Amino acid sequence: MPATSKCPECDADLSVGADAVKGEIVSCPDCGAELEVTGTAPVALALAPEAEEDWGE
Amino acid sequence: MNSLTVGVLLSRVRVEEKLLLEELERRGIATKVLDDRELVLTLEKKPELGVDVVLERCIQHSRALYALSVLETWGIPTVNSFEVADICGNKLLTTMRLIRDGVPSPRTRLAFTPEAALAAVEDLGYPAVLKPLVGSWGRLISKVNDRDAAESILEHKDVLGTYIHSIYYVQEYIPKPGRDIRAFVVGDETIGAIYRYSDHWITNTARGGKATKCEVTPELNELCVRAARAVGGGVVAIDLLEAPEGLLVNEVNYTMEFRNSIDTTGVNIPGRVVDYALQLATPA
Repeated sequence: MPATSKCPECDADLSVGADAVKGEIVSCPDCGAELEVTGTAPVALALAPEAEEDWGE
Repeated sequence: MNSLTVGVLLSRVRVEEKLLLEELERRGIATKVLDDRELVLTLEKKPELGVDVVLERCIQHSRALYALSVLETWGIPTVNSFEVADICGNKLLTTMRLIRDGVPSPRTRLAFTPEAALAAVEDLGYPAVLKPLVGSWGRLISKVNDRDAAESILEHKDVLGTYIHSIYYVQEYIPKPGRDIRAFVVGDETIGAIYRYSDHWITNTARGGKATKCEVTPELNELCVRAARAVGGGVVAIDLLEAPEGLLVNEVNYTMEFRNSIDTTGVNIPGRVVDYALQLATPA
């Protein structure tokens, strides 16, 4: 069962898959913000950190 | 049943990390996620992480590099090694390894002042490419089409950049057929490759490039394995350009992204990475 939560950026309702894990990144379908799953029971979301200079593969 | 515990050092669980964690779970392998934001490593004694091998998947190069230094010094096997991260995280060091080992790569110049960099650009001819030594996803890479652009970009780097942007890495521009090649090497084998197509001269899929399968020919395999060995071996992704004179190795990436390449290549890339990590953790 996907869990629902609110986007911390735009307050839209969004659902997070049942297999989500802590630290996973999801996108808000409404505003496109990158969100980090900070908790799974219950689901908690926070804005993901912005890219920094030495980020990348 | 495998009794090993695999540590996955990560910053965020992106698609790649999730695929690796799922692969480990599917095999019933004990896994410990090490979040680099919460990690405290003791330096003067072996860090008690309770893992037999660490798969390094940090997004930030600096975190990866320093964590690997500590883990490796204390004899904890890591994928990749500190050496590989150090070399691949820096375009100049990578280029020098490729040159040392006779792996074909674009002609490159190094300069330390804007004036010398301009001379280097003029020596290579227009267009030329200016790249930051550290950085990825194709960011801050400039195609310099003429002298006006060269002077402008070099002044911006000099005035606005941190000091690392004043180490000028200037490369010849390779006209390519609207695509480049990304090949995945695990150990001594090129396990798969893709073509990355883009209308933009930067073909990185992180920038919207499209991918199709590229057959791993014996020639491609041999070249990629040589490039991988040049930087220290392990699990790496090689970027190649199809120049008129043949394939050139452009870059080697040590924390490879592969989300767009599993279906395209038909290769279980996370499975192969996990195999490699387990092999490293198992004493011969």
